[in-house]
Amino acid sequence: MRVGRILGGSAAHAVLAAGAVVMLAPFVWMLLTSIRPPEEVFVAVFDPIPSRFAGIENYGQALTESNLPRAMLNGAIVCGGILAVQLLTAIPAAYALARLRFRGRELLFALVLFGLCIPIQVPALPLYIALADLRLLDTYFALMMPFFLTVFGLFLFRQFFRTYPEEILQAARLDGMGEFEIVWRLATPAALPAIAAFSVFSVVAHWNDLYWPLIVVTSAERATPALGILAFRDAETGGNYGALMAAAALITGPMIAGFLLARRAFVRGITMTGVR
Amino acid sequence: MSARTPQARTEARWGAIFAAPALLLILTILLAPLVVLVALSVTDYRLGAIALRLVGFDNYAAMLADPVLQRSLRNTFLYVAFVLPAAVFGGLGVALLVHARIHTRTVYEVIYFLPVTSTLVAMATVWQFMLHPTLGPVTPLASTLGFGRIDLLNDPDLALGTLALIGIWQLIGFNMVLFLAGLSAIPRELYEAAALDGARHGADRFLRVTWPMLGPTTMFVTVTSTVTAFKVFDTVVVLTRGGPLGSTETLLYILYLEGFQYFRMGYAAAMTVVLLVFLAGLSILQARVIERRVHYA
Repeated sequence: MRVGRILGGSAAHAVLAAGAVVMLAPFVWMLLTSIRPPEEVFVAVFDPIPSRFAGIENYGQALTESNLPRAMLNGAIVCGGILAVQLLTAIPAAYALARLRFRGRELLFALVLFGLCIPIQVPALPLYIALADLRLLDTYFALMMPFFLTVFGLFLFRQFFRTYPEEILQAARLDGMGEFEIVWRLATPAALPAIAAFSVFSVVAHWNDLYWPLIVVTSAERATPALGILAFRDAETGGNYGALMAAAALITGPMIAGFLLARRAFVRGITMTGVR
Repeated sequence: MSARTPQARTEARWGAIFAAPALLLILTILLAPLVVLVALSVTDYRLGAIALRLVGFDNYAAMLADPVLQRSLRNTFLYVAFVLPAAVFGGLGVALLVHARIHTRTVYEVIYFLPVTSTLVAMATVWQFMLHPTLGPVTPLASTLGFGRIDLLNDPDLALGTLALIGIWQLIGFNMVLFLAGLSAIPRELYEAAALDGARHGADRFLRVTWPMLGPTTMFVTVTSTVTAFKVFDTVVVLTRGGPLGSTETLLYILYLEGFQYFRMGYAAAMTVVLLVFLAGLSILQARVIERRVHYA
């Protein structure tokens, strides 16, 4: 029995470790190449460990001879702008959906449920035409606008606010607190775990997004992280894969660092869509 | 209803105020575009055109005769057929193994989840380099294993499968987390009861307890994985741009080309309507699954 368990455990480890090697391979190759001197890239297959540390020149080239710093700054601006509007509009509306009786509440909630099954590709054409007509293509507004609406956030926060104790709300009202104060000073702090998880979900989704930025952005000044790495690869004529891998590491680095630092919030945030 | 309390009046007023911005966004970003989309799909509108003509169902009829669209649909379904079983059963398998670990559980969870949280466009660039026939490590490895010198991304027979492998690589950790949540929700007593009933081996316990209890999770993972695989786009743009010989043209990639590169808005709108119908069908399926999930809980 014991022997069998030990054998089973070892077999499980062997399978998991083999899978882990495949999962990690691109990350290891990316990091190794990003510190590899250019002259060694062509023989790296036979000798994967770099003979000297060339990280400074590779990362330096990725940062100075490209649009990456701009793209990452744009990524931060776009993600921050989207998240701010999402939270400001979704939190009070979700509170109203969960706790207040008003005309049209059922209809609004039905629209939210309907919206959950509509991806960005569906309204993309009309939104693009409208933005083109308003001469707003290639702006931060164009990058952010479709995502100001988050039916997912509305749904998630509504579920959360429904569990908030009614007695506390009644007590607050008796104390003379208005609904506006209740939303932002009582309900919002209580919802912080849900807000944190949603924020992770939102930022990761829009930092990594390619479809919409590819459509509305034409200039390098408005490139997002995904567009930045794509442009760097296509412009990269010298064949310095070290710099390209350094660029890839820089673009995906913030997401991975965030994940390693706030593992639970990340896993919850990204897989929340699956647990709703 | 006629004698409304002050509280009811306050609720009605603040409810409307709080809901107004969200409602405005739903109207401008969701509903109005949907109406315009359906209207566009019966016109021959091109971006920048001054006049447009009503063409009825011509766009929809054209889709039936469009060889590029047919091929992209075939490729997309093939891609889903590759990705789905591996991502679902792979995710389940990894979750079962990881769930049984005690000391190393966190390490494996982090490793398998890493591809989910990373930027796919950046990692696809890395994969392209790894699959490079002369510079990457994959080709020499494959020839050592006896596969000959293969060029996975430039071979029309292999390119779509290669994209599918990358899709599986990205999706498996996501599904693992969902299955782990499902596994933690199974009460221990069920295993004890099953053991009393004579389920002694791991396989017995799996078939009698784990698999039936995971039913709703499995259904759910299957639907979300289908939607994700169906929407494959990033890896196509980064790695193949639909080639070689159109072997990796997928639905969203063709939609992107028609709408935003060739600017045939009317035709692209009709394609989007079809996409919408398909996604709506999947969502209905998903809603049914969620209802079942509630009954289990």
